[in-house]
Amino acid sequence: MKDKKILHAPIIAEELEALNAGDIVYLSGVIYTGRDAAHKRLVQLLKENKPLPINVKDQVIFYVGPCPAKPGQVIGSCGPTSSYRMDAYAPTLLDLGLKVMIGKGPRAQSVVDSIIKNKAAYLAGVGGAGALTSACVKKAELVDFEDLGTEAIYRLEVEEFPLIVAIDTKGNNLYEIGPKKYAQI
Amino acid sequence: MREIHVDKIVDAVEKLCIDACYYLGDDVTKLMKKAREDEVSDFGQSIMDQLLDNIKISRDNNVPMCQDTGMTVVFLEIGQDAHIVGGNLQDAINEGVRRGYKNGYLRKSVLTPIERINTKDNTPAVIHTEIVPGEQLKITVAPKGAGSENMSRLKMLTPSQGLDGIKDFIMETVTLAGGCPCPPIILGVGIGGTMEKAAYMAKKSLIRKAGEHNADPSIAKLEEEMLEKINKTGIGPQGLGGRSTAMAVHIDAYPTHIAELPIAVNLQCHAARHKEAIL
Repeated sequence: MKDKKILHAPIIAEELEALNAGDIVYLSGVIYTGRDAAHKRLVQLLKENKPLPINVKDQVIFYVGPCPAKPGQVIGSCGPTSSYRMDAYAPTLLDLGLKVMIGKGPRAQSVVDSIIKNKAAYLAGVGGAGALTSACVKKAELVDFEDLGTEAIYRLEVEEFPLIVAIDTKGNNLYEIGPKKYAQI
Repeated sequence: MREIHVDKIVDAVEKLCIDACYYLGDDVTKLMKKAREDEVSDFGQSIMDQLLDNIKISRDNNVPMCQDTGMTVVFLEIGQDAHIVGGNLQDAINEGVRRGYKNGYLRKSVLTPIERINTKDNTPAVIHTEIVPGEQLKITVAPKGAGSENMSRLKMLTPSQGLDGIKDFIMETVTLAGGCPCPPIILGVGIGGTMEKAAYMAKKSLIRKAGEHNADPSIAKLEEEMLEKINKTGIGPQGLGGRSTAMAVHIDAYPTHIAELPIAVNLQCHAARHKEAIL
């Protein structure tokens, strides 16, 4: 029985570069949430030469818009959202040092190229496993963009969040490798 | 003539919103278990195990199974001898949605289309109304998430494209969607009618009992054929490779114009949520 592969966040370069597409990892540490509206704002702030609410260097962004927490919950159901909608923004943040993106579904070639260039990685959560994922979140606090509600930037402390390495630092892409292996037509 | 008071409608819709988001139907759960059994890929099996676990956790803890609690689509079948009293029917439906999304701790995901300003209460709902015989009111609430909805497509085929054109369009839609709609998916397909009729049929066919075939044998045969072909694409759970790309294909058809062949494909993720009540 193999030992669990733990990936720490903020990201340590050697840990990330040792991963390969298809590995299952358990992420522990601090990550930030952000999706459509937050990314649009971040890129706009950069265009206007204004400071960002978070320093993305060596950080992890989780593409998610959680449900409101019920009394007693740290966070509501919080599975990943489709990553392709953030494709337009991802290379900009990767160039600033963002190391890991968590989401679901395939990415554009421009993102794969930026991942290779910046030795970053894309990890896939299980889309729809909202209740299961929320159990991995031990703390959640608002960072900025409160007016965006579910699309605000939150700082999450997660413990052993199970993820699949979908695109590794070398650009190997499970969304291409996987279906090719099982296609019968 | 039977009176149905709007207060009963508000209460029913509130409960249906919450139940739909927390408790996956037995018919869909059964197909999910079958998808797990039929899956050959390691990732596929692991993903299906997590999803089945998730269904149980949401049921046991009374929490939404997926964070995308959707835009609320409501199907009404109003008996022509029913009389709605006490207020405006649409307002009552929207009040039910407002209460359900607040009291159920569901995500408010509805906003104005261009400015993108959140309405904060998940209203307005999208309401489809049919008048039927009788004096009852049947309400089906089907929260529709964006992941699968965004991968849906519609095309005005030419009649000459025929059945092959239909099959090609369905396959193309599934292939383009890949992992985005959270496979294993259910497909709703509407063929014929007019542009909006095809789309409506595609959406409505998603609330059929999962896996149930169209009563017309030739359409049932097409449903089976497409399901088999889709599961040979190799897309698999979450698009990471495997056999279980789709759990069911539901096709509906309606007569159309001599110069038209509209086809709409509405994709539904594995969280195929809908609950109904009869007042």
